[in-house]
Amino acid sequence: MRAGWLAYCLAFALAWPAQAALDAAMVSKLATGDGDEKVAAITALVASGEPRVAAVLQALADGQMQVASGRVLLVKGEAAEDAVTGEKVSALPERREEVVANNRLRREIEAALSALMLFSPDRDSRLAAAKDLAGRSNDAMLPLVKRAQAAETDPVIRPILDMTAAGMALRGADKATRIAAIRMLGTSSDPASRMLLSPLAARNRDGSWTERDDEVRIAAQASLAAVEERLAWGSRASLLFSGVSLGSILLLAALGLAITYGLMGVINMAHGELIMIGAYATFVVQNLFRAHFPAAFDWYLLAAVPCAFAVSALVGMALERTVIRWLYGRPLETLLATWGLSLVLIQGVRTIFGAQNVQVENPAFMSGGAELIAGIVLPYNRIVIIGFAVAVLAGMGVLLARTRLGLFVRAVTQNRAMAACVGVRTARIDTWAFGLGSGIAGLAGCALSQIGNVGPELGQSYIVDSFMVVVLGGVGQLAGTVFAALGLGLLNKLLESWAGAVLAKIAILVFIILFIQKRPQGLFALKGRVVD
Amino acid sequence: MKLARLYGPKGWTALAIAAAVVFVALPVANRIVPEGSAFHVSAFGVTLAGKIMCYMIVAVAMDLVWGYAGILSLGHGLFFALGGYGMGMYLMRQIGRDGVYKSDLPDFMVFLDWKSLPWHWTNTDSFLWMLFLVVAAPGLLAFVFGFFAFRSRIKGVYFSIITQALTYAAMLLFFRNETGFGGNNGFTDFKRILDIPITTPQARIVLFMITGAVLIATLLLGRALVTSRFGRVLTAIRDAEARVMFCGYDTLWYKLFVWTLSAVLCGIAGALYVPQVGIINPGEMSPANSIEIAIWVAVGGRGTLVGPIVGAGLVNGAKSLFTVAFPEFWLYFLGLIFILVTLFLPQGVAGLVSRWKSRP
Repeated sequence: MRAGWLAYCLAFALAWPAQAALDAAMVSKLATGDGDEKVAAITALVASGEPRVAAVLQALADGQMQVASGRVLLVKGEAAEDAVTGEKVSALPERREEVVANNRLRREIEAALSALMLFSPDRDSRLAAAKDLAGRSNDAMLPLVKRAQAAETDPVIRPILDMTAAGMALRGADKATRIAAIRMLGTSSDPASRMLLSPLAARNRDGSWTERDDEVRIAAQASLAAVEERLAWGSRASLLFSGVSLGSILLLAALGLAITYGLMGVINMAHGELIMIGAYATFVVQNLFRAHFPAAFDWYLLAAVPCAFAVSALVGMALERTVIRWLYGRPLETLLATWGLSLVLIQGVRTIFGAQNVQVENPAFMSGGAELIAGIVLPYNRIVIIGFAVAVLAGMGVLLARTRLGLFVRAVTQNRAMAACVGVRTARIDTWAFGLGSGIAGLAGCALSQIGNVGPELGQSYIVDSFMVVVLGGVGQLAGTVFAALGLGLLNKLLESWAGAVLAKIAILVFIILFIQKRPQGLFALKGRVVD
Repeated sequence: MKLARLYGPKGWTALAIAAAVVFVALPVANRIVPEGSAFHVSAFGVTLAGKIMCYMIVAVAMDLVWGYAGILSLGHGLFFALGGYGMGMYLMRQIGRDGVYKSDLPDFMVFLDWKSLPWHWTNTDSFLWMLFLVVAAPGLLAFVFGFFAFRSRIKGVYFSIITQALTYAAMLLFFRNETGFGGNNGFTDFKRILDIPITTPQARIVLFMITGAVLIATLLLGRALVTSRFGRVLTAIRDAEARVMFCGYDTLWYKLFVWTLSAVLCGIAGALYVPQVGIINPGEMSPANSIEIAIWVAVGGRGTLVGPIVGAGLVNGAKSLFTVAFPEFWLYFLGLIFILVTLFLPQGVAGLVSRWKSRP
């Protein structure tokens, strides 16, 4: 890319031959001065904005700059040109001395060249250069930045340059320019502008203001307040997003449990393993796509979703037929037996896929993220999962409320004997409902495979959390599960931002234990009279 | 004396034989029988037997709450670990300046650059305080937790899940270095107990015998409890709590008493476990460990006291065998025990024996 840029520079040089001559004094300082003089010369040359500067600096970095009797030459093999004018030099003098660039100089050149990229025709290199420059604070670059600012039309790059220019102008001497720069900074939502502004609004240790000029200081305080307010909103928004994101994951993990535990009363400790199986199903589909349809790899998730559902549902139905159906009405025994099932499933997956985590890749459209404001990125995969959770929830709501199977499930839940009397085949409904709950666990696994590690212990880390959601939400209610999942997600992230992840988790568990004291039936209790 | 009436002649004979094995046969086989002999029991064997006896105490404690009061706890590993940590703190202080860093503070604190002991380590160099801590820490936690849980009539599966969450939360807490319990690594490298070197064969056999004595005492205490009037009420609560309440009993205090007692017994077992095994870490609090306790009881037979002892012995014996011989099959085996016992042996081994006895 640098070579292309050089070619561009040369073309640029040809387009404005009148500007081609550089400041001869600076060039000679660059070649013969001491370390500090050389750095100053680089800055001055870059600030001049002459297009040939890049070629000269590059030659210095590449060791092609030589000095012959006071004349600075750029020597490339046999060809040579004058560094100041760019004229071809036909006869190379005999006595030439090479100009050596030390590491410090190389760093300066690197920075200078990237600043010069501001005029590159390639948008991405301009953006990179603008971002790079924003991180440095070399006031001498101001003229360069100003010129780039005037030429720039890109809506993303322009504000960055504006900010950089404002930051540089801030340290200038002219009061009106400074205040204008401060106002300019006040409209940004970049954490960097807070860093620029806060020294102006701060006090020294003895209580005096660091900024002498009252007008400038007051403007700075107002701008700082505006920036901080905007930043605070940004961090609140990102907190909200991560809370909703966690909530959606908890919801997916707990929805299946809400059917098997909430509606059917089966304590399924192997629920986490059904999630894990869904994640492994996604892994297998991914590998199949990679092996057989590499062109369609980005769309493997579309196939993985039904596969994960089907595999987990089948495993769940098999478990219900062989083990769980014999234990209806004995919840504690169900708990132990399903725990045993979970151990067998974990070890089974270890035997088949190995104990190591496996790699599940995001499709291209799910990697990366949308930048809300500077520094706050909402990852696409989390956004997709939130949407997915909503879709699964809606699908389940429709299934339970509008279909024949849903009707039967609700009937069996409310009164098993009566449902059997009017001809519902309750045993079969149990199997289907359990399969449905397990399938949703599989969908959760498919979603989780996109944001975390997939390993045999994947389910174990979600089982306690998803039971907490169901317990908090109340038994037999989907609405309760939704509110509990979102509430726990938000609360968790909120506490996390104060106290760290582990303490937040402990606080949540303690909160749930206390909450159950107050409302043993959960948030939304089915109203009714039950005698045990 | 009522004690004599706890068991019939056969029961007492069996207990006497068990006591003879623990106090005479095994020590003799370990200390006096020469090493090459077929009857010699190695130090490893003694430690393993001592460890399993600790588990047996836990199983009896679990049976008291689950088998007799119908409360399935999935958090008994927490009480066990708390007792273990109480003992562990004392053992850490007994290391004195013999640690790697030659400091008065335990090594992990030096490593964390702490300058003085945190508040909860006060007095931990005293043996008596340790005894108090081993009983009080699990007891107090169980009492407070149980009071709130039973008062709001949380029972059945709800209670089980919440106890599981409790031990999970405690595990997360103990994993943190800031808690002051050695974080991930917990406590290990013990040197002395009561200023006596802890790793010698003599110390091991004494610890083993103490564990045996505690196990027998626990069994007798449990037996006395469940055959008393108190035990009758407890069983009634298990079978129909509402009716017991209608009869005028305040079930809260019955459940709370047996729950707290069970936790204390677990704490004592944990305290005996740590010096024999030589390490305690937060892994002991993992939900999986606690749920395993339930399967010992289920295998042996709930509501029989002796059954869980047998169950703990069988499952842990099998575990030692499997993890050495074919480790990859242990989880299959454990999982299948869980499934098969709940499906086909609801009364456990004890039920099998009584069915065989009452055969026509």
